Amino acid sequence: MRIGVDVGGTNTDAVIIHEGRVIAALKTPTTDDVGTGVVLAIRGVLAQAGVPPAAVTQVTIGTTHFTNAFVERRRLMEVAVLRLSLPSNTSVRPMIDWPSDLTAVIGDHIYWAHGGYEFDGREIAPFDAAEIEAAARDIRRKGLRHVAISCAFSPINDAMEQRAAAILRDMIPGLHVTLSSEVGRMGIIERENAAIMNAALSSMSGTVVGAFRSALQKLSISAPFYISQNDGTIMAADHVERFPVLTFASGLTNSMRGAAWLSGQQDAIVVDIGGTTTDVGVLSHGYPRETSMAIDVGGVRTNFRMPDLHSIGLGGGSLVTRQADGSVTVGPRSVGYDLITKGMVFGGDILTATDIAVAAGRGGIGDRSAVNGLDRALVAQAVDTIHAMVEAAIDRMKTSATAVPVILVGGGGVLVSRPLSGVSDLHVPEHADVANAIGAAMAQVGGEADRIHFYDRVGREAALDNAKQEAVAAATAAGADPATVRVMEVEETPVAYMPGNAVRVRAKAVGDLAAIIAA
Amino acid sequence: MQITINDLIDFTRGAAFLGTGGGGDPYVGRLLLKQEMENGRTINIIPLEQVADEAQVVPIAAIGAPSVMLERAPKIEALEKALSVLEEKLGRKADALTCIESGGINATLPLILAARTGLPIVDADGMGRAFPELQMVTFNIYGLKASPFVMTNDRCEAVTFDVESNHFAEQLARSTVMAMAGAAHLAIYPMSGRQLKQAGVPGTLSLALDIGRAIAAARRGRADPVQGLLDFLSGMTEPRHAVVLAEGKVVDISRETRDGFNFGRVQVQPFGDAGALPAEIVFRNEYLTVKQGAEFLAMVPDLVCVLDAETAEPITTETLKYGARVKVVGVSVPPVMRTGAALATFGPRAFGIDSDYRPLEGLVPG
Repeated sequence: MRIGVDVGGTNTDAVIIHEGRVIAALKTPTTDDVGTGVVLAIRGVLAQAGVPPAAVTQVTIGTTHFTNAFVERRRLMEVAVLRLSLPSNTSVRPMIDWPSDLTAVIGDHIYWAHGGYEFDGREIAPFDAAEIEAAARDIRRKGLRHVAISCAFSPINDAMEQRAAAILRDMIPGLHVTLSSEVGRMGIIERENAAIMNAALSSMSGTVVGAFRSALQKLSISAPFYISQNDGTIMAADHVERFPVLTFASGLTNSMRGAAWLSGQQDAIVVDIGGTTTDVGVLSHGYPRETSMAIDVGGVRTNFRMPDLHSIGLGGGSLVTRQADGSVTVGPRSVGYDLITKGMVFGGDILTATDIAVAAGRGGIGDRSAVNGLDRALVAQAVDTIHAMVEAAIDRMKTSATAVPVILVGGGGVLVSRPLSGVSDLHVPEHADVANAIGAAMAQVGGEADRIHFYDRVGREAALDNAKQEAVAAATAAGADPATVRVMEVEETPVAYMPGNAVRVRAKAVGDLAAIIAA
Repeated sequence: MQITINDLIDFTRGAAFLGTGGGGDPYVGRLLLKQEMENGRTINIIPLEQVADEAQVVPIAAIGAPSVMLERAPKIEALEKALSVLEEKLGRKADALTCIESGGINATLPLILAARTGLPIVDADGMGRAFPELQMVTFNIYGLKASPFVMTNDRCEAVTFDVESNHFAEQLARSTVMAMAGAAHLAIYPMSGRQLKQAGVPGTLSLALDIGRAIAAARRGRADPVQGLLDFLSGMTEPRHAVVLAEGKVVDISRETRDGFNFGRVQVQPFGDAGALPAEIVFRNEYLTVKQGAEFLAMVPDLVCVLDAETAEPITTETLKYGARVKVVGVSVPPVMRTGAALATFGPRAFGIDSDYRPLEGLVPG
């Protein structure tokens, strides 16, 4: 019996899944301390299903807390940044492209050291322990507790990052250290950014994961507990304590994975309509299609694995306005979570997309009589606008003009009331409004390998096999049952101008949690 | 032409477009430029006709593998070193800088050095795009010598070359960049202002900025950004022939690294017509030709660019992915790039393509 929880900015949702079915689902408000909301939500679903805490085999929590903290610059720590690659990379200083309100919080504690590697494994310069010790003394003097370490080509060889971390930890007991090789891939700027972001969150992650852990203790749940990450796979909770940055896009991913599970569709477009925005993504083989573009999080460039997503300003709380030229617009402004007091069907006086849906015949929401007086032409136009917006968003994500299956999830799904053009089947599964908690419950374990291979030396087939094996090993090490692990993705990028037919190979493998099989 | 800190995103996007799939991601170049401008330095860009005939002009560039530069960014001191060693060799100071190629990261590096040294930068380059080899420039076609030239590494160690043929220069530079672990800095093709006026392609930095601005303006206006870009190109004072050659989904990419280059093919299947003939793009670092069946739609040196279908963001050969929704765009090059000598140096046959060059406007009148 698995429990999935989604801790969002507004609501905390919980579901219980047993023998492939949703047996309980609940939405409660998110609380300031995070933990109370989790306790209430889980206690609620346990009561609904009438099962004891001992029957729970696994709990997975998805949360947008760390992303929001970064976007809102809340509860972030000052970070010392140590970069090993002198005499190279001196022109691009750490955090060079960060917004100033963010660097004001993170501080300007930058330490340069010799070291780093070339693409072929040669050292740029030898490791210099004395330099690291000098940095450590200064970090200690300043009283900094959080350090990010980066090093040129550390995804190929992390030895220098490890050596530097050992010296720092030795000299400053209890120091939080994030290595860039632990949180990022090729591209030293983006990888170092990820390490700094992670270090800045590492105090908060202890608090949040601690709150989750004590919530489960309070509920007498002793089952293993996981947190979902960007790509729809999970991490053990203590891993998230160390690497909170890996949860950044998990909310979006979970709702898409939940949509896949609820509908049984592996290849489809997912339309998630919330209170303010509609997010449209693509499911490919049951997983979100990832973007190839660099993504900014809170103004910082990253190369995280993130779903390829198109967002538009349409949601249940979107404002509906007749323009001077007679046209009717919907959104992008929204009353957001105030919908339940400000929307007309809820006794307010603001015309929202939800009011239009009710006026057009959708039952079961608020007081229908409140919208009886609306101009029928206005309602018809607004309904046309809403459907045209959703259709355009779907079309943008399609990879061919042929009609595709679409899964509609999220609380704002009520806005869609008629067939959509370009859509072969419209799936609106039961429990669609808690799709992301379901996605959290169903998440799998993943592992990745990413480095340069020399095809002239080893041959392409052997190199690819090697990369796949490394990915499988990484997934297994992360807790996947070897019997269920499969390779999801292999990507080759030749390294231009290099001898030896050098190719960067990235492989990703996923599998079910061993713990689930055992249970 | 003026370039301010607010122009940098547009400028580098335009440079990525002119990179025609190669030339490296100008993102790092943008960061370095931003840093110089934030430190109060300015860039004095002068039109080609304003450079004095007797001025000593030096083109500046990075050479190597873009994927190496992801981990080891170009180093400003090493660029400065390359310039100063070349100046020593020449026995005179540079009066102005310019670009070898206005595509990719090499559109940005000379500007950074211009900001640092206070030297003016001439709004021109040697191809109006990006090419993979050092002799594939109009400078070479007009008889200028690559030598003497200087390469530096991140330790600011310098190697000076003084050789007769520009082909031999390319060969030596290629083996030196490998010894320098895949990426190095370059000051090359020293020339007079008069020579640059004869041999350079004028206005290519302005062109990069204008292209980036055209894409941004079309995005803001919610028009089709690709169409916005084509309208801009065909409406210039010296109009380019600019057309969409294909649009659809990337259904196959094959890549091979051989002889120090990336060779490959991309198939683009038209949207909603699985039976239609896919367009096939051939690349060697840069995109070279587009064919549909046996028919050429565009041939090098005309520009072939692959753009994100929705946003018109240029996509490089090494980041192009299976499933990407793209528009393939062809853009004619100025007459200086289409002379007999030019085509012998960087026309189809220079890339081993067994066909004579045919201009884009004849292939796809649009």
